[in-house]
Amino acid sequence: MAPMAVLKDATAIVGIGQTPFAKQLPETERALACRAILAALDDAGIAPDEVDALASYTMEETDEVEVAKALGLGGLTFFSKVGYGGGGSCATVAHLAAAIASGQATVGVAWRSRKRGSGPRPWKNTTVQLPTPAQWTRPFGLLRPADEIAMLTRRHMHEYGTTRDHLFNVALACRNRANQNPAAIMYDRPLTREMYMTSRWISEPLCLFDNCLETDGALACVLVSAERARDCRRTPVYVHSAAQGLPAQHHGMVNYWNDDPLTGPAWTAARHLWKHADLTPDDIDVAQIYDAFTALIPLSLEGYGFCARGEGGAFTEGGALEIGGRLPLNTSGGGLSEAYVHGFNLITEGVRQLRGTSTAQVPGAAACLVTAGEGVPTSALLLRN
Amino acid sequence: MLTPVVDADGTPFWEYAARGELRVQTCADCGEPRFPPRPCCPHCRSFDHEWRPLSGRGRIWSYVLPHPPLLPDYAEQAPYNVILVELADAPRIRLVGNLVSEAGARLDSVPADRIRIGARVQAVFTPEGLPQWVLERP
Ligand SMILES: [Zn+2]
Repeated sequence: MAPMAVLKDATAIVGIGQTPFAKQLPETERALACRAILAALDDAGIAPDEVDALASYTMEETDEVEVAKALGLGGLTFFSKVGYGGGGSCATVAHLAAAIASGQATVGVAWRSRKRGSGPRPWKNTTVQLPTPAQWTRPFGLLRPADEIAMLTRRHMHEYGTTRDHLFNVALACRNRANQNPAAIMYDRPLTREMYMTSRWISEPLCLFDNCLETDGALACVLVSAERARDCRRTPVYVHSAAQGLPAQHHGMVNYWNDDPLTGPAWTAARHLWKHADLTPDDIDVAQIYDAFTALIPLSLEGYGFCARGEGGAFTEGGALEIGGRLPLNTSGGGLSEAYVHGFNLITEGVRQLRGTSTAQVPGAAACLVTAGEGVPTSALLLRN
Repeated sequence: MLTPVVDADGTPFWEYAARGELRVQTCADCGEPRFPPRPCCPHCRSFDHEWRPLSGRGRIWSYVLPHPPLLPDYAEQAPYNVILVELADAPRIRLVGNLVSEAGARLDSVPADRIRIGARVQAVFTPEGLPQWVLERP
């Protein structure tokens, strides 16, 4: 008998908030964090002094102490930070869900504030190198995340016939949704196949439009118990299932040194996610899949079981990722076309879909998969209303 | 150009490379090679290891062609290749490197249309002790 899933539907997201998104915002990351969190608490109708749990990313520069003292939060009894950049997005909510379901806290806030557009760029820095595994990659000119993911992309193309048109399908779906979302950076910038196919390379086989935006902005969400959520003013969006994923012998984004580099952390997270869910991939109405690079979508579609191994490219054909398609994707525009804030905007858009308030609403959406970055140690959420 | 920022576990790899030898950390008890180097064998949990010499032969598993924005020394050679080599002696170990026309040559010294997945390559070393790869049949 499987262990009882104590997390299933035990907690709900009842508030979301965000700042504007832009290439450059004047305020500090700390101020942006405070604004997003206050907006989320206001959305939930919960006073800041009721917050007793916080969760964010290890890469988040504003720490719990700063947030708690600036916003006048109550005494905190749970605070947690998750590593591996964009792999941690869904895990921030998962940690709060576990804390609230197990009685360690009652009102949790997860957030991410990031000034990427105006911050330091790894390929401009000639001195700072991370040790392991950078010593095995950077001297050879494998410098950026785009280079690391391009390596897996080329292999996927070679083994399975994935094409640039498949990657374009991903970029186009995200851009089309951004064109419906006034908050998106690319709201008024349509994308054509010709623009995609003639754009400059970043790291062949990935071109400019295969890469996410560079964005300043902050987002937050508020989590409470399911019982309390029923008294909140918004439609509760339940955390149905949650998982993190770090596969055996995984090595971070340069996942080149195990048996099968094309089965990444998504596969590990997915096994746990579905095991504790009443849902299957067929039950998912809309998906928010981490898209720092277009190529992460085919890999994630395979990992989370929407298609078989190697079929992630072909899955994107025939408008499958558009509204009305088999799996509407990243309906606010995602990291490729709304904003790149380490995937937190995918969580808030999942919530809007299940409230019925998305700018690209999937009619009757009742279940949404949200994922964090594939390639790095990752996490995922199944949300339902 | 960036030089390896070495950690304690990786130091022997680079010391052997400086002598023109390609070696990988291998468990002294169960004989399993492992990469990147680490203190303990994930197969048998032994802390005893040796550095096994390899033939230096491998096949290209995948490759990319980076374009700017890049660090200046790399941007100057872009587009160049970065290849991932599956080692003939240890197929699960894939080393990141560059395909070059000869040891010490520029990162763009092999035309991109000469690079293909599956091609056989052989390790060579720069004067600075960095492994590079040349095609077995140029
Ligand atoms: Zn061993």
